[in-house]
Amino acid sequence: MSLTLNVNGADHTVEAEPETPLLYVLRGDLQLNGAKFGCGLGQCGACTVTVDGKAAYSCLLPVAAAQGRKIVTVEGLGTASAPGAIQKAFETEQAAQCGYCIAGMIMRAKALLDARPTPTEAEIRAGLQPNLCRCGTHMRILRAVRRAAGLPVEPPTAGGRADA
Amino acid sequence: MILAAHQDLSRRGLLQAGALVVAFSLAPRAFAQEGGAAQKPVAPGLPGSLKTTPFLDAWIRVDATGQITVFTGKAELGQGIRTALIQVAAEELDVPPASLRLVTADTGRTPNEGVTAGSHSLQDSGTAILNAAANVRQLLVQAAAEQWRLAPDSLATTGDGRLKAPNGRTAGYGPLAAGLALHVEARADLPRRGGARRALGMDLPRVDIPGKLTGGAAYVQDLRLPGMLHARVVRGPSDGTALDALDLAAVQAMPGVVQVVRNGAFAAVVAEREWTAIQALQRLQRATWRRAAPAIPVADLHAAITASASQDEVIFEGKSASPPAARTVRARYTRPYVMHGSIGPSCAVAQFQDGLMTVWTHSQGVYPLRKALAELLRLPPDKVRCIHAEGAGCYGHNGADDAAADAALAAMAIPGRPVRLQWMREQEHGWEPLGAAMVVEAQASLDAAGRIADWRYDVWSPSHNGRPAGAGGLLAGLEVEPAFPPQVPRPIPMPEGGGDRNGVPIYQVPSGRVTSHFIASSPVRVSALRSLGGYFNVFSIESLMDELARAGGLDPVAFRLAHLADPRAGDVVKLCAQKFGWDTRPRGDGRRGCGFAFARYKNLASYCAVALEVEVEHETGAIAVRRVVSAVDAGEAVNPDGVRNQIEGAIVQSLSWTGIEAVAFDAAHRTSFDWSAYPIARFRDVPGSVQVHVLDRPGQPFLGAGEAGQGPAGAALANALADATGLRMRDLPLSPDRVKAALGV
Amino acid sequence: MRLALRIPALAAAGLALAAAAAPGPRAAAASAQVERGAMLAKLGDCAICHTADGGQPYAGGRAIPTPFGSVFATNITPDRQTGIGGYSQAQFERAMHRGVRRDGAQLYPAFPYDHFSYATDADVDALYAFLMTRRPVAQRTPPNRLIPPLGFRPVMLIWKALYFRPRPFAPTPGKSEEWNRGAYLVASFGHCGACHTPRGALGAEKTDKTFDGGYAEGWYAPPLNAATPAAVPWTQESLYAYLRTGLDASHAASAGPMREVAHELARAPDADVRAMAVYLADLMKTPARSAPVDRADQAAARHPLGAQLYAGACAACHEPGAAMMREGRPPLPLGTPLHEDDPRDTLQIILQGLKPPTGPSGPYMPPFAGTFTDAQVAEIAAYLRARFSERPAWSRLPAAVAAARKEAAA
Repeated sequence: MSLTLNVNGADHTVEAEPETPLLYVLRGDLQLNGAKFGCGLGQCGACTVTVDGKAAYSCLLPVAAAQGRKIVTVEGLGTASAPGAIQKAFETEQAAQCGYCIAGMIMRAKALLDARPTPTEAEIRAGLQPNLCRCGTHMRILRAVRRAAGLPVEPPTAGGRADA
Repeated sequence: MILAAHQDLSRRGLLQAGALVVAFSLAPRAFAQEGGAAQKPVAPGLPGSLKTTPFLDAWIRVDATGQITVFTGKAELGQGIRTALIQVAAEELDVPPASLRLVTADTGRTPNEGVTAGSHSLQDSGTAILNAAANVRQLLVQAAAEQWRLAPDSLATTGDGRLKAPNGRTAGYGPLAAGLALHVEARADLPRRGGARRALGMDLPRVDIPGKLTGGAAYVQDLRLPGMLHARVVRGPSDGTALDALDLAAVQAMPGVVQVVRNGAFAAVVAEREWTAIQALQRLQRATWRRAAPAIPVADLHAAITASASQDEVIFEGKSASPPAARTVRARYTRPYVMHGSIGPSCAVAQFQDGLMTVWTHSQGVYPLRKALAELLRLPPDKVRCIHAEGAGCYGHNGADDAAADAALAAMAIPGRPVRLQWMREQEHGWEPLGAAMVVEAQASLDAAGRIADWRYDVWSPSHNGRPAGAGGLLAGLEVEPAFPPQVPRPIPMPEGGGDRNGVPIYQVPSGRVTSHFIASSPVRVSALRSLGGYFNVFSIESLMDELARAGGLDPVAFRLAHLADPRAGDVVKLCAQKFGWDTRPRGDGRRGCGFAFARYKNLASYCAVALEVEVEHETGAIAVRRVVSAVDAGEAVNPDGVRNQIEGAIVQSLSWTGIEAVAFDAAHRTSFDWSAYPIARFRDVPGSVQVHVLDRPGQPFLGAGEAGQGPAGAALANALADATGLRMRDLPLSPDRVKAALGV
Repeated sequence: MRLALRIPALAAAGLALAAAAAPGPRAAAASAQVERGAMLAKLGDCAICHTADGGQPYAGGRAIPTPFGSVFATNITPDRQTGIGGYSQAQFERAMHRGVRRDGAQLYPAFPYDHFSYATDADVDALYAFLMTRRPVAQRTPPNRLIPPLGFRPVMLIWKALYFRPRPFAPTPGKSEEWNRGAYLVASFGHCGACHTPRGALGAEKTDKTFDGGYAEGWYAPPLNAATPAAVPWTQESLYAYLRTGLDASHAASAGPMREVAHELARAPDADVRAMAVYLADLMKTPARSAPVDRADQAAARHPLGAQLYAGACAACHEPGAAMMREGRPPLPLGTPLHEDDPRDTLQIILQGLKPPTGPSGPYMPPFAGTFTDAQVAEIAAYLRARFSERPAWSRLPAAVAAARKEAAA
């Protein structure tokens, strides 16, 4: 079936079964690498994109439900030669080890910062909670998000849990 | 400055002046099984992997335009070695790092450096490239010197790929190399370039990060080849299970399904589109399943381990006279099975064309994998090519090799078409080899002066090495018809060790014995997970050290320093304690507390100390880590920020292992089937802050830092919990429910 | 049924740790009374209301939504300035039994003293002993946000005169000790009727309609009697599993407010949870009201978009062949929310997802609030109802979705 998707500001027509999760259409039909397969179950966030500005698991969004909505992937935020603000912050903080989770993190952060431009530490941690990182890059990711938000990059001295 | 020959790992680094008798076998084959080179050394006098691959052009090529390509047999796993190796080469060749190309692990193009594991990459490959680059520079200088009839040491590199004579004449590396034969063996002990540093020791930003932040094609999962098909392998829910009758007809009839590949019990479905393959898999997974191996002894996994038949080896014996024991501590520590849990389930792309099988894989060892695949596919090894492409962080032997075999079998059935086979999340959780459960029983005593008088330590562990050496080490190898005999696990000999890695205390111990019990047969699939036995042996030893210190009324840091002979070890301990503010730390008040731990990975590699502060919530048993401070000595730090990144990651990952993780089973299968059933640390769980201080040692051999943080972080957490609450917990994980049960109301 | 149980770890941990644990700097082990009080606090879910999200246990600060505005649960740690540190035992009894604050002011029945009034003096005293030995936390409770004139506490005297009939719990003769124990716990600390009984216009439980179903925080609490909408009957075993582990494979995973209840009951005494299950199973013994069905083709014909969305978003977990189903999650034809005449539980689950109830691992479902529009959620819900239930279709679903979203965000 022919479907039209608005991805990163441009309309694309693809041939796909309407129930196909967006993730496979982004990767297979539009050749976009950012959104990744991590679980297909809405548990890890590696597939995170934004849909009408809100973070969504692209592995659980059938393309039939994605038509007419604005989808943004990490490719829509900038390129290696002209990175967007959040990408720049991640680069400055060298916030990646294997990097597999990072595109999803950036999109989750984008949705968070668009809704809450100056979040508290607890809000950042809660906001990123849906996304898993196994390499343990969390501290740098937090620094990158603080940097992108214009907050001090060092963690608050209270430290500890989200209630700090 | 003369470049020292790389530290010979067959020397017994454990020897301390006169006091110890160390009993273990020296075996160069140790390297074949874990992190080192896979072949016999042909040039034993050369440093690093030059031992097995001594020819310069295996490592460095310079084309006529001056473009330099560097080759490594190691793989980028996300640990940053691509960047680090570029820095090493750029330093000695004196060229901009950005001008270099680096080709990683490819059986068709690069040296055979075995497996990227054991924190060996910089030790083996980095050292080889450092020396090879120095050799190449030397040859270029000689070539120019001959051409210009000048003394070689009057020439200088310009820093942008040219050589310069005192009169200002220059020549590019390209034209110079054209007249050179680089197919010569390296010479050892060439001088380092000297002069101002340009790359080595600098925080060069990782060359792979910009692409990963912006949707560049970076992973094997991103490979797209013309005509590529999508495949899914069909298996039971977890290792030790098998599906019953498959309803193949229903799936073969699905539009878009190209083929269902069957070979004995092996099955894979191949389709034009990925979603079709997934739906076909889900249809096939409706089949019932059964246990196809001995039952898992869930009633008591640890009792089953210590009751198993074992190969026992005394790996340390101290026979010096010691003063009588004044205080004795007896302890038993246990570790559950732990998952690698890569965020990206394993994936491979394979293509069988004109009799040649090419597999793009994130396996840590493309050469051993090629051998195993050749056997599996019944092809000559030179008809199989394995090319490393990055996957998600793997932290050891995960599903990558098996996914490669699955893809190759599927591709073999559809010659000419590339086949991309992606494991599902539940398949990675169910079938990846686990980090082995372990048991330690120890007894140590202090003399009246507060020094360790005696040390007895037994460690039981199933194998930490199931990496495929042949088809029998691959899941598919056991499924095809005829099946290959299952690979028999063998212990990794000391000084590297497997379950006994780090089992010998680094502390001065006059008398005692350390015995390793290797259990070959395990009802659960096990293999190498970051630091192997190192994590748990360090956990146990460092917990025991703290228990001893407490029994003797001694400060935990001072106690350790008093027993460390190696000044580098002492420096790391002191730096960590100082940066943490150990002397002014909050003391245990029932709620807040601090813990310290130290280890030298394998007693041979990087030194790492970790200090951390916790706050324990009495009502729930939750341990909040407020801050962590670490110090690490990785020898000469090629990229200090890379070292910091690795240690931070190790600490966060280890705290997740230690505080949260345990694979769950019933008698028939793994019940930890996805992230809901096997939670790991998320953002609300990670520490408030982590600071890592790198003690750079310019001129010292590179020591791999990738695994050094695992053990100290875990032990520091247990020690902090004990400091905060008085509770000494020895059974991992230190989960909130267990802590609460121990705390009581 | 295979469950990812964390609870056996407690027993194992206890055994493993008995030898290893050394007494901490805290004073000598808690008395039996304090232990009893701790268990009653679990049965009563005190920590749920009296702990803010991410806050210190029992230090209050959580907003309890009511039809009349929000009441903030107070700090019940023994802090003298901001908590209950100044309460005598008698004053605590008066608060629990009669809803009167230490200074004589009326407490709002958002604090369900109408249920706690059934608790014995001994049990209330045990709870007092437990709370008084918690760590004092200095935390002021935010002022309530109630519609006038309810901010004026003496108004509650009218409410009490109309609706509050305190009396001691009376066991039912002829029923087993276990049944009566369960009845006592359900009536008193469990305060199940506070959600599961319908309330009148002034917010009081309709005592002639006990357990006929009610509403709490945007969720529907289904009947706990013969009117239960369950597709298969609740038995003692299935209720015990649901209350203790947050999951019963023939009904549902506990969601919304019940998730937190399961979290606490997982840590309450086993015998007490069993007793509650015995009692409630007896109340709910009835032939199933609606049979489990799966009319996939019919539902797809009536709701083709819903079928597509289900296939892409839900099937990977909910269809046979999915790992989750193999591992013992309830099949959708049995899911109680789909058989309730009120769609809001189904909608809340779709929008908010499910978190593991009793510990870090367990049943999980991702939230779809960001993924789907209201119309799409309505389509999926309509498809599910048509496919898995014989009950009449839900009406006005798009409006119900919007309302559910608003409640979830509140």
